[in-house]
Amino acid sequence: MSTGLLDPPTQSRPLDPPPHRGRRRWVNAAMTTVLGLVMAATIAVLLWVLGYVAAQGLKYLGPEFLTQTPPGNPSDPGGGFVNGIIGSFITVGIATVVSVPLGVAAAVHIVEYGGPMARYASFLTDVLVGVPTIVTGAFVYALWVVFFGFSGIAGGIALALVMLPLVIRATAEILRLVPTELREVSLALGITRARTITSVVLPSAISGIITGVMLAVARAMGETAPLLLTVLGNDLFVEFNPTQRMSTLSLQIFGNAITGFHAAQARAWAGALTLIAIVLIFTITARLLARRSSIGKGRSA
Amino acid sequence: MSVASTRLRGPLVLTRARWRGRDAVFRTGVAATSALVILIVAATAVFLVFQAVPALRQYSIGSFLSSDRWAPSEATPTSNAPNPYGIVQFIYGTLLTSVIAMVIAVAVAVAVALFITDLAPLWLRRPLSSLVDLLAAIPSVVYGFWGIFALLPALAPLGTGMSTALGGLPVIGAVFAGPFFGPSYFAAGIVLAIMVLPIVAALCREVFAVAPVAEKEAALALGATKWEMLRMAVLPRSRSGIMGASILGLGRAIGETIAVTMVIGNNVLGISASIFQQGATMPSVIANEFTEATQPFHLSALFVVAGWLFVIALIVNIIGKLIIRRVGEAIA
Repeated sequence: MSTGLLDPPTQSRPLDPPPHRGRRRWVNAAMTTVLGLVMAATIAVLLWVLGYVAAQGLKYLGPEFLTQTPPGNPSDPGGGFVNGIIGSFITVGIATVVSVPLGVAAAVHIVEYGGPMARYASFLTDVLVGVPTIVTGAFVYALWVVFFGFSGIAGGIALALVMLPLVIRATAEILRLVPTELREVSLALGITRARTITSVVLPSAISGIITGVMLAVARAMGETAPLLLTVLGNDLFVEFNPTQRMSTLSLQIFGNAITGFHAAQARAWAGALTLIAIVLIFTITARLLARRSSIGKGRSA
Repeated sequence: MSVASTRLRGPLVLTRARWRGRDAVFRTGVAATSALVILIVAATAVFLVFQAVPALRQYSIGSFLSSDRWAPSEATPTSNAPNPYGIVQFIYGTLLTSVIAMVIAVAVAVAVALFITDLAPLWLRRPLSSLVDLLAAIPSVVYGFWGIFALLPALAPLGTGMSTALGGLPVIGAVFAGPFFGPSYFAAGIVLAIMVLPIVAALCREVFAVAPVAEKEAALALGATKWEMLRMAVLPRSRSGIMGASILGLGRAIGETIAVTMVIGNNVLGISASIFQQGATMPSVIANEFTEATQPFHLSALFVVAGWLFVIALIVNIIGKLIIRRVGEAIA
């Protein structure tokens, strides 16, 4: 009676490759290639966007662009976006001054104190990140512009609302990485919780917080939609007074890009290149800072 | 009022009491900012509704959702039917462009994230992920501008080809009916895909990074190829993570405004089945008409759109967040 197990193999080919090995290798190579090509295509799109904007922008970007306001008639050549650049820095400056202290404080509450309200706030922070910025703009219109008119301050408030959840999230993430021992040592020395936070926890997290703030600033610099509903734009002259309607770089790019005039589009391309440069400077500096900081090494918000 | 001077002057007990008092003040202060976050979300809803009320009073609430025709010039201060401010086509446009974007972006993002976490040479992983992240740094208005002048001409052969090849087919032909002029749902979907890609890819990367190393090593030890290891040990574990990442990306796509406004064509008068036709989205109509809303109830009707957009974005984001949270606290 044959059990099958004890039968001598009728054909001994133990060293043959297992079945389908060739096909499996082929599939592996094919999939690796496909994934590699998709990766390459993604990088190619990035370079396409950056390269195209650089090529178009460099045609007109120059001292005149950075020091002049746009001509009264958008079809005229010449002029620049200096009022928009100034307006962008003023509105984003207001937004930063408003959102950073509030954001850091909220993150401190969420991470250092906890409790039910902190949990709600933490969840709603994530919800706020997802609120469309045009809705934020509409909200600030209803909250502020209806009563006080279009102004740089209104734009600053809208951008502050865009930045706030980003600042909270980045700060909270860094605070969670501060070693608990640091807090315990401080508290064991009889130092109050508030002093522990302001003198021990926050200083050790400062570079991470700065990184998060810079990324939020970069984001706010590029925002257009909420500003359309709050600062409105002002192509005529340089405005330093934030209680008046202002222009911003992003608004001027938008306004000039959608005209049919070549001269206006040339200005818009130069503006787009300027904006990308500003945003990238903030973004890249932030990432380099993050890489150098001791806490949160290798993390980017 | 520096702390050092306090310490020198008063007895220790008094100092401590003062510190305690400051402690309580500090705690209340930071708690107040936390409350402010909650207040902001609530206030957004309240103020949007408050501005939308005149239009909602004039026309019935349901009438906005039963018409796909947005014709502010037909509005009069007195008539209340038919509602000239139908918004269904905006909801349709928002969902259609977002779906096109997600179909492309999720596939590409998963591929890119897999490549970066498991296939790329070690020295290349960090630069590659930084470059993909840079896509997220480019402002929306720049994407829109580039979209008009660089992407639309480049898409023309693809769009024309798709409409001639697929436009004649029964049933699905209507979706691809041409001709392709440039500004369209399709173009907006492609731009959105590029903008959402880095967000989904970054989340996917975190999801793949926490796939259990032991299982990956086990797969390789059993003789699996690298792709088989990814397919059997990484992807099945990551399914809900990818889902959550996609939904958060969808939330972003739904609210994207300026880039879409620049390449979608802004046809507010109805729904077209074809992805090559011009349309409008909820954000795009707000951005386009907000500062020029002079007709009766026009501005208020735009707030109705903003209100619904807020609701949709909230729902999508909360679902995405809940999924991601379930996947693990370490992610996102």
